[in-house]
Amino acid sequence: MSTPAPNLGAPHPGVTSELAPADGLIAETSAAAAPGKKRKRGFGVTFWLATVWLVVVLICAVFANLLPVKDPLVPDVLNKLAYPGPEHWLGTDGLGRDTLARLVHGARVSVTISVTAVAIGMVVGGFIGIIAGFFRGKLETVLMTIINIILAFPALVLLLVLLAFVGRSLVVISLIVGFLSIPIYTRVARATTLAVAEREFVRASRTMGAKNSRVLAREILPNVVLPVAAFGLVAMGVVIVLEGTLAFLGLSVQQPAPTWGGMIFDGKRYLSEAPHVVLIPSIAMFLTVLSLNLVGDSLRTRFDVRGSNL
Amino acid sequence: MYVLRRLPSLIATLLAVSILTFLMTSLLPGDPALQILGAENATPEAIAAVRAELSLDDPLPVRYLHWIGDALTGDFGRSYRTNEPVSQAIVERLPVTAEIGLLAIVIALAIAIPVGMLSAYRAGTRTDKVISSTSFGLLAVPNFMVAILLILIFAVWLGVLPATGWVNFTDNPVQNLRSALLPALSLAIAEMAVYTRLLRTDMIATLQQDFVTMARVKGVSNRRILFRHALRPSSFSLLTVAGVQVGAIIGGSVVIETLFAVPGVGRLLLEAVLVRDLLMVQGVALVIAVSYVVVNFTVDILYSYLDPRISHGRSAARV
Amino acid sequence: MTASQKEGRANEPLLEVDDLRTYFDTPRGIVKAVDGVSLRVDRGKTLGIVGESGSGKTVLSRSIMNLLPKANTIREGSVRFEGRELTTMKNKEMRTIWGAEMAMVLQDPMTSLNPVTKIGEQITESLGIHLNEKGKVAKAHAVELLKSVGIPAAERRLGEYPHQLSGGMRQRVTIAIALACSPKLLVADEPTTALDVTVQRQILDLLESQQTQRNMGLIIITHDLGVVAGRADEIAVMYAGRVVERAPTRELFARNRHPYTEGLLRSIPRLHQPSHSRLQAIPGRPPDLVDPPAGCPFAPRCNYAQDKCLTETPVLAPHAAGHEAACHFPVGTTAGQEALARNVAAGRTAAGTPLDSTVLATAGAA
Ligand SMILES: Nc1ncnc2c1ncn2[C@@H]1O[C@H](COP(=O)(O)OP(=O)(O)OP(=O)(O)O)[C@@H](O)[C@H]1O
Ligand code: SF4
Ligand SMILES: [Mg+2]
Repeated sequence: MSTPAPNLGAPHPGVTSELAPADGLIAETSAAAAPGKKRKRGFGVTFWLATVWLVVVLICAVFANLLPVKDPLVPDVLNKLAYPGPEHWLGTDGLGRDTLARLVHGARVSVTISVTAVAIGMVVGGFIGIIAGFFRGKLETVLMTIINIILAFPALVLLLVLLAFVGRSLVVISLIVGFLSIPIYTRVARATTLAVAEREFVRASRTMGAKNSRVLAREILPNVVLPVAAFGLVAMGVVIVLEGTLAFLGLSVQQPAPTWGGMIFDGKRYLSEAPHVVLIPSIAMFLTVLSLNLVGDSLRTRFDVRGSNL
Repeated sequence: MYVLRRLPSLIATLLAVSILTFLMTSLLPGDPALQILGAENATPEAIAAVRAELSLDDPLPVRYLHWIGDALTGDFGRSYRTNEPVSQAIVERLPVTAEIGLLAIVIALAIAIPVGMLSAYRAGTRTDKVISSTSFGLLAVPNFMVAILLILIFAVWLGVLPATGWVNFTDNPVQNLRSALLPALSLAIAEMAVYTRLLRTDMIATLQQDFVTMARVKGVSNRRILFRHALRPSSFSLLTVAGVQVGAIIGGSVVIETLFAVPGVGRLLLEAVLVRDLLMVQGVALVIAVSYVVVNFTVDILYSYLDPRISHGRSAARV
Repeated sequence: MTASQKEGRANEPLLEVDDLRTYFDTPRGIVKAVDGVSLRVDRGKTLGIVGESGSGKTVLSRSIMNLLPKANTIREGSVRFEGRELTTMKNKEMRTIWGAEMAMVLQDPMTSLNPVTKIGEQITESLGIHLNEKGKVAKAHAVELLKSVGIPAAERRLGEYPHQLSGGMRQRVTIAIALACSPKLLVADEPTTALDVTVQRQILDLLESQQTQRNMGLIIITHDLGVVAGRADEIAVMYAGRVVERAPTRELFARNRHPYTEGLLRSIPRLHQPSHSRLQAIPGRPPDLVDPPAGCPFAPRCNYAQDKCLTETPVLAPHAAGHEAACHFPVGTTAGQEALARNVAAGRTAAGTPLDSTVLATAGAA
């Protein structure tokens, strides 16, 4: 990739770096990876654990109302800041609301925002990137210049400004984050398209006079979708963190609807007496983001068209 | 000279960024005059008066030229709320953000460079695996979570560092450093993980290069190979990413400054945004964006010093 | 080092490799990259190591130089450099030998110089380490070295970066670096493969002249017999990690014994051949070095292969003074002629490779 540009929806550059160790000829102890060593076909245990966790989060988000948890809004006044126990499995917050119930319902916000935002960014950004990478020329120059200018802004600054002036419902937040993450998907999709378009079969079908639309639909798209989607998974984690950040800044979805970021923010007040109020939603968010990174990175390594290991 | 060759693109980017800032804040829904006055005072006459005062009825290009012209002379207007000049507010707060951000980058690099090198040097060993998975895990920890954990440990439990507040350097350098430490650390952790992983990857690739083998058969010690031969060619993407990541640090400073009650530009922006203080938002956003562009320009120049192939007019061939 | 030690060493052969094995433990299995190689190089002599890509030449050279990573590498046998056993030496001890006594030139001059370091610094580095030369002295020495490898305007070059030099010039610089501390042995791993044909010759001539001037031992590794034809004193032909034939150069060209060598010889372009006659490459591919089957590794590609070749692995056997070959049916012997005739008659070799009668006409002609 050219210069990585972390921006909205952009994972840390480190997430998508190569994981495979290679032989440092220098080190007496360093491992010599065999050239031509086949990548292991299966995914590791961590990959599956991460997947299971993500599925659990997804189920919570979709079926929050049907799951046998307490009402996330009803306070249990006698049990404020309760530690995890039989009554409240994960304890209660400062108002005595059930943490487990709020986590389950909060998952809905995280999932909605991240899925919507990533979908928008992926579809629009992916489309622009494929067009730029496939047709090249002036069109590409113009598109990429615009993209790079948007990327010249620190993302959160853009987001704050937009949010302040446009408003902050779940829908608006998702839309704005999605919109702002378009540039980074454009970059990924373009880079991947460039690589795919260079491949034998694509060049062959182009020189054989296949229509552009056909080449795009049959050859380019299927090869670009998977890497971009893998990237999108990692980006989802970034969006979840972003929601948390907004909650911290008092700019996320209005109270009292539970969100993970909001829970962490509220719990901060009780840090000295009841740290678990902060720690439990923090752990939930951490695990979710970590799982998304893990799954996304494994898939990305698998689908990477630029690495010729396929 | 390389700097001169890059100058036109710098100016073009700055121009584009200023236009974007202006458009973003001008085209958004809602009448700024109405916001300034508040719903109860907003008689049509009063609105008209405010609009006239702010030249809101002029065509956009004219307004932009006015605004940027003033901005170039350091005049960003005054805050609606406090009537404080925007430029003054920025000048007071920028050093705070810069100090914390710089400290964060220094901490992150100071840890990441040796750790990333060690990880690459020991690629495939247990040491490497521990470093790699730790840094992978740290990438999933948002800065506000780091901040809360740090507060919990150092302020609540150990009580060695202040949880909030800010002391100016000129008032008390030691206290200043103490108040900057936790915010800087909160920003540094994720950066550190990013840098470590990046350096590890690039370093592993470099250590497989022929010129490293050549250095070995010259009888050069491993330490010298790592630091004198391999570090520089492995740090190109680190440098670029460190520049790009300044954006993440600026974004992070909004949260961190709010959390630690530090008077920096991040918090200034947030406060302005929350009360829709239009001129303040415009001014701060412009200054932040310009700083970001200039930082990356500087990185670009530094890069050419690091990689002689660039300053000699060839494209950056792979090392 | 005391004088007596020095003399003691001078009586020892420069380099003696004895039954060296170098295996890599990989997920696919054990790669037997070097499988029982014995060699000897004397002062002032040139050994050519010839073999196809993947025959283990690079691994052999790095194994000799003790450059391979220790992890996942299995190394047996012995490498004696002036009587000192290298295989058991720690990196720390090796560093006193690397650069000072043994040096190396790699295939690609584009990648074997550090792109971000000035040429001068790359040359003076080993001068500082081994000869303790610093500053002006080192610089003067570096200029002298660059001149000796035929680089014009040497002073100016010291301040330049590798990318400012052409490929041939860069390879001269790597040679200058290798020669900096007057090593006793120089290993050149395909020193000319990455260069233009015209430049190739110059570099080889340079290596040769430096070698005679300095009375150095020289190992030239190549996949092209033509490269070492007029230059090496002795040639070792490698196939699948083993030396399959070893002979003084004239002897090898006059009376090659191994069918693989025969194939290599045929693939050298000849001046006296009509220009339209095509070079004959050896058909087929080298074997997988993981779990090689029993028998001769060359059998699937060998025109002489008999049933015995599929079950019994041939070992090096003497043919003339200093000439050894590992083949059951050596070229130019009656056994070999009969084997070939049998295969031609059958239309296929014992390994099942089809043959036609044209091979008979060319057999032994090389
Ligand atoms: N570190 C390693 N781990 C596993 N296998 C290796 C390693 N290094 C080399 N090999 C294998 O050893 C065999 C010999 O490789 P080597 O590089 O020595 O061949 P070569 O004769 O130098 O070929 P070329 O002419 O292409 O340079 C190859 O099959 C290679 O894949
Ligand atoms: S004749 Fe037999 S032993 Fe000799 S090279 Fe051919 S296959 Fe190997
Ligand atoms: Mg080789």
